[in-house]
Amino acid sequence: MSNSPFTPGIVAGRLPDAAYARNFADHEPPLDAHEARVAADRCYFCHDAPCITACPTAIDIPLFIRQIATGTPEAAATTIWSQNILGGMCARVCPTETLCEEACVREAAEGKPVEIGRLQRYATDVAMAKGLHPFTRAPRTGKRVAVVGAGPAGLACAHRLAMHGHDVVVVERRPKAGGLNEYGIASYKTTGGFAQKEVEWLLSIGGIEIRCGVELGRDVTLAQLEAEYDAVFLGIGLAGVNALRTPGEDKAGVRDAVDFIAELRQTADLSTLPIGRDVVVIGGGMTAVDAAVQSKLLGAENVTIVYRRGQEKMSASAYEQEHATSAGVRIICNAMPVAIHGNGAVREVEFAYTRETPEGLKPTGETFRLKADQVFKAIGQTLAGAPEGLAVEGGKLKGHQGKVWAGGDCAAGGEDLTVTAVAEGRDAAEAIHAALTAG
Amino acid sequence: MANLSSEFIGIKSPNPFWLASAPPTDKKYNVERAFEAGWGGVVWKTLGSEGPPVVNVNGPRYGAIWGADRRLLGLNNIELITDRPLEVNLREIKEVKRKWKDRALVISLMVPCDEDSWKDILARIEDTEADGVELNFGCPHGMAERGMGSAVGQVPEYIEMVTRWVKKHSRMPCIVKLTPNITDIRRPAEAAKRGGADAVSLINTINSITSVNLDSFSPEPSIDGKGTHGGYCGPAVKPIALNMVAEIARNPETHGLPISGIGGVTTWRDAAEFMALGAGNVQVCTAAMTYGFKIVQEMISGLSQYLDDKQIALSDLVGRAVPNVTDWQYLNLNYVTKARIDQDVCIKCGRCYAACEDTSHQAILMKPGRVFEVNDAECVACNLCVNVCPVDNCITMVELPKGAVDPRTGVKVGDYANWTTHPNNPSVKAAE
Repeated sequence: MSNSPFTPGIVAGRLPDAAYARNFADHEPPLDAHEARVAADRCYFCHDAPCITACPTAIDIPLFIRQIATGTPEAAATTIWSQNILGGMCARVCPTETLCEEACVREAAEGKPVEIGRLQRYATDVAMAKGLHPFTRAPRTGKRVAVVGAGPAGLACAHRLAMHGHDVVVVERRPKAGGLNEYGIASYKTTGGFAQKEVEWLLSIGGIEIRCGVELGRDVTLAQLEAEYDAVFLGIGLAGVNALRTPGEDKAGVRDAVDFIAELRQTADLSTLPIGRDVVVIGGGMTAVDAAVQSKLLGAENVTIVYRRGQEKMSASAYEQEHATSAGVRIICNAMPVAIHGNGAVREVEFAYTRETPEGLKPTGETFRLKADQVFKAIGQTLAGAPEGLAVEGGKLKGHQGKVWAGGDCAAGGEDLTVTAVAEGRDAAEAIHAALTAG
Repeated sequence: MANLSSEFIGIKSPNPFWLASAPPTDKKYNVERAFEAGWGGVVWKTLGSEGPPVVNVNGPRYGAIWGADRRLLGLNNIELITDRPLEVNLREIKEVKRKWKDRALVISLMVPCDEDSWKDILARIEDTEADGVELNFGCPHGMAERGMGSAVGQVPEYIEMVTRWVKKHSRMPCIVKLTPNITDIRRPAEAAKRGGADAVSLINTINSITSVNLDSFSPEPSIDGKGTHGGYCGPAVKPIALNMVAEIARNPETHGLPISGIGGVTTWRDAAEFMALGAGNVQVCTAAMTYGFKIVQEMISGLSQYLDDKQIALSDLVGRAVPNVTDWQYLNLNYVTKARIDQDVCIKCGRCYAACEDTSHQAILMKPGRVFEVNDAECVACNLCVNVCPVDNCITMVELPKGAVDPRTGVKVGDYANWTTHPNNPSVKAAE
């Protein structure tokens, strides 16, 4: 190890080799059987449980927890997967603190919700380790459906369609299936190649063909898909990234956070992945937190998240914010970038403090500069590469138009979460199934 | 600190907490540890006749059921009486009693149902200076197959006969330990009294199978693939024991007969409840076997605090609830209550709603925002919502004042009136 956290510039190998394994290990280790039983015992089996309502996929949480408590995690997994075929990944990446666990009555009672996410992971892990896939295909209908995008929405849609007996072809522009499960999300939330394992497990139902490296608009057109298939589902995510529109944005060392995260996820040996000494992340969401925390874990000396509005407006949950600060990330709120300085490469980022006014966010006139040799932009993604002629509302695709359905981050409605994408993909599959079998 | 000194049928102990005849009292080592921890007395594990001791199984002898978080709620056992030689037990009893003079030491006995056997064992224990004897007419497993234990306790005539022998051949205070595996607990208690018993103790364990292994299809505890019914004890049996104690306490035939209360006593509260229903002291086993002897310290501090708070003596507690135990027919049918849900502490789990809507009287309304409210027009005051609510004191039963109209019946709350005078009672009509 020739480099250290204090080595200037963007360099690899800032840490001893052992530190990478430690830093990127499972950040919330799985429950063992005893821990799961203890955690499951806390569930009150509420009537019309608020946790179910809070779950975008409406998993019957009290039922699956009772199934764990009675020693049948396999049945619990079936309950989970019936609503959410990517229940294993969602157990790992869902912001449960703002969904099911926030709604848990024991959160109200004691400030300590039932550990729903970890219990869900326990059940799905146990069942997957046993090779259980509790779904079979209905007799083939002869209908063919194209799914564009092998992310959570596309995969959920494909699985449900295959279950109903339709034949599904999924086209995916990237080399691997999984979407943000594979290319987004902090590495320590989904260790051990889980995203690919889950895709393989999902495909074991049969009837789904995935074609990677096929991009809509480049390799195939929507018109072709509509002509060749009985229905088309678009789960193309948000491929575009918002620009800062700040002078100096083009300097070396300034990069989209999503690209950094994707590269990190695809890097087998993290000691080879370069990272800055002074890293500045601009944005206030989960992507910002994931980029910042992982920068720190790669050995950056100083990592700062700068968000233009107040802390309460950050879309990263309080839990995520705390996770960042406990990892050593500094969070600065109410500051927006006004210039990126440096001779070719970034050296400093200049920010203006802001305040909320009835006319919107305004600079207070006070500015400050942060030393930076690497800047990650995490101020949101946008719809890009959507086929011409489809209706767009609020920057997103309409859910259903003609033979075309859309779901996940690219579609209107719901939060941009894995679990929401799964729900939308599943529901689109049901709608497609209804349309294809009507009459 | 309230004075917890206890005198039970002339046997003194620094507190009313005794360890019941059971594995914790099988030998000197355990009993001394118990006394060091603060137990007021012990009933030494049951001695049998002289000669080769009984043998126990060499596989598991306990089975259990658990509540949430694997909290032990009920235990059963298929252990027999002491499997150590009589002389060893007698020597140790004598040593312990000499060393711990202020503690109660009672010897539990079980020998065959003939006068000579009882005369012999009583003579053998005379020398130990123990404070009394307890006749084990309770164990429902193993020994009962040999005509002892509950086989005696289930036949009042045998109880009376053996008790009479014991009183004839011994000057020691005599406690008769009763089995709950009978139809009416009052009959064996009456028999014991007729035989001259100084007290009864109850309950011994209840016949039980705790579980079945769903792979081997053997009852648990399993001995080489087979199981047998064992004696059930622990917190789960307390309600059964309380009722049996109360039945004896309020029976005119046995009223005033000292009772040593046994059955799931786990905390000072349990002990106080047994005593309020007429027990002069209590005996504990499962709680000690679950948590160790130290629990007696909580029992001592808790009971003391309670007596101080109530400003009553220990003797005032004994039997205090007995006058309030009555027959159903004397319960006041004009006592009307309604469930009330405290919205400030409600956590909105909806268990009250599910219970009432699915299994009771549809008297809880679920309103927007998961607000649960009682509909007095349907509420029969069954108390199920109170029982299933996970929050203490969130749902309570509020009494309607006299003269108020019960929205369910449209009838005004009147004075005390019970079934014996109710117009729907056919016996009342028959008397007219």
